[in-house]
Amino acid sequence: MKYKSQKVAYWFFALSMLLLVLQIVYGFVMGFARIGFDNLHEFVPFNVARAVHTNLLVVWLLSGFMGAAYYIIPEEAQRELVNVKLAYVQLISLALVGVTAIVGFHFNIWEGRKFLEIPRPLDYLVVVNVLLFLGLILTTLFKGKRQTTTALVLSMGLLFAALLYLPGMIPFDSQVTDSFFRWWVVHLWVEGVWELIMGGILSFLLIKLTGVDREVIEKWLYVIVGLTFLSGVLGTGHHYYYIGVNKIWIIVGGIFSALEPLAFLAMALFAVNMYRKGEKKHPNKLALYWTLGAAITSFVGAGLLGFAHTLPQTNIYTHGTLVTAMHGHLAFWGAYGMIVLAIISYSLPNLTGRKLYDSSRGRMAFWLANIGMLGMTVAFGVAGVAQVYLERKFKMDFMLVQKEIAIHFVVLVLCASIFATGIVLYIIDFYKHGRPTDEALEINE
Amino acid sequence: MLSKKQARAFFLGGTLVTFLIFIGLTIYSFSKGNDQTNRENLTADVVRGKEIWESNNCMGCHTLLGEGAYYAPELTKVVDRLNIRYDGNGEEVIKSILMSPSPWQLNGRKMVAYGMTEQEAGDVIAFFKWIGKIDLNGFDRVISPLAKEKMNK
Repeated sequence: MKYKSQKVAYWFFALSMLLLVLQIVYGFVMGFARIGFDNLHEFVPFNVARAVHTNLLVVWLLSGFMGAAYYIIPEEAQRELVNVKLAYVQLISLALVGVTAIVGFHFNIWEGRKFLEIPRPLDYLVVVNVLLFLGLILTTLFKGKRQTTTALVLSMGLLFAALLYLPGMIPFDSQVTDSFFRWWVVHLWVEGVWELIMGGILSFLLIKLTGVDREVIEKWLYVIVGLTFLSGVLGTGHHYYYIGVNKIWIIVGGIFSALEPLAFLAMALFAVNMYRKGEKKHPNKLALYWTLGAAITSFVGAGLLGFAHTLPQTNIYTHGTLVTAMHGHLAFWGAYGMIVLAIISYSLPNLTGRKLYDSSRGRMAFWLANIGMLGMTVAFGVAGVAQVYLERKFKMDFMLVQKEIAIHFVVLVLCASIFATGIVLYIIDFYKHGRPTDEALEINE
Repeated sequence: MLSKKQARAFFLGGTLVTFLIFIGLTIYSFSKGNDQTNRENLTADVVRGKEIWESNNCMGCHTLLGEGAYYAPELTKVVDRLNIRYDGNGEEVIKSILMSPSPWQLNGRKMVAYGMTEQEAGDVIAFFKWIGKIDLNGFDRVISPLAKEKMNK
């Protein structure tokens, strides 16, 4: 840690961990309901569990991204954050808005639009919160001694993410138009601007962990985010194949979606090559595990599995089945979950002064979480492919098919338990680091 | 060898061009003659039905136009499908499910008991019927509720 104000990042990370745990709890509620144990139906029906699960995902990742920005931007701009008190106000208001939304879901207060269930009045509070965050980050960056590419890409990702929230707030009478613009938010977030955020964090971590020259890393960062937008923006078309808009999207979406894995492949190759080139052997092995893991798993989850089901000829059968859940889980985990855990693993020892760089608990956390998530992906995949054949090809009734594939959810719950064990170990490690302290300023990396 | 400046130009140029094409295609696909969203048949009932659909987060279990949570059946063309299964009484069946004061529990999975009024249930049905008439570029043939019901019968 080089600046006292970076300490605020710790509390965003702590909030992030708390919300991740809650997200997993609601995931279990859904997993058990799919096996037939929906005893909580009266209090937490499936649609509540589902909305809480996906919204918590978004909020814990955003909280992690914000923490990453509060850690990275002062260091890159070489100055203290412009206003630390306001950063804490932003943290508390983010937590309050998130908790209010999630409590509201339990009382049927929501919008019922996948991933954007937060009711409209709270949307405005989200906007105010994010504006405050961006104000703090951008002012710090531009008042700083230098504006690095890493900081600019990260800030650009955060700014675009905020701007792209707005199309999701426009009301539409038509379900088709509503869905069309909802994807402007959801797709252009996860397959567009969030990749800028991921790229920015990845670049910062590689500079710190490998010691490769900043100019080299940042040059390739531009190439990767360039590839991301080149393929990802028009790749939005894969959500438009079969929802009631013009056929032109089948051609455009098909071609550009097929290019999307390139950006993720480039990111994986970039991370591994920089690691190999690097002469500096940073002792924080856990941060390195998570960093390289994020780059590689995102290629498999977001790149390859995304490609497997966004070809129009495949998607016509897989659209609206559990195959989407298969891709979604590994993609979010690899691309965003792991990069947040990477920046936390890197910054915690620096914030707290406790150098728990390579604990066996930390390594177990990495492997259990990843093995568990891979197992969950396979379980979703087998269930999804079986669903496609039985329901879409052999025309069996939806619920009969669900009974046939219920066994795969037993496997899913078992793998989710392994995953959850990994996350619990990670959080124990987080706790063991203790609180951030100014004394950490004096300890060199 | 690629310089950092060239890499930045590739990023900024590529992003600008693809965004412009994206906006152009959006305008194209909603323009007259290319719009296939069934917009012309949107009535007040359908819009009210959509509001009910959203305010109860039906997509949190069901799918519609292939979008949702895969926990409960796809509802695109649900009226046609239930008409075949229940000898032309599909709408009545849907109404009774939506107006039921206790959870509907066919094949084991419970649905929240919404206890809607007849008017509200009618609006939701109008919404489903409007959805059923959208041109889905062949997806409707794959989920093929009509063929499916004939086969199951």
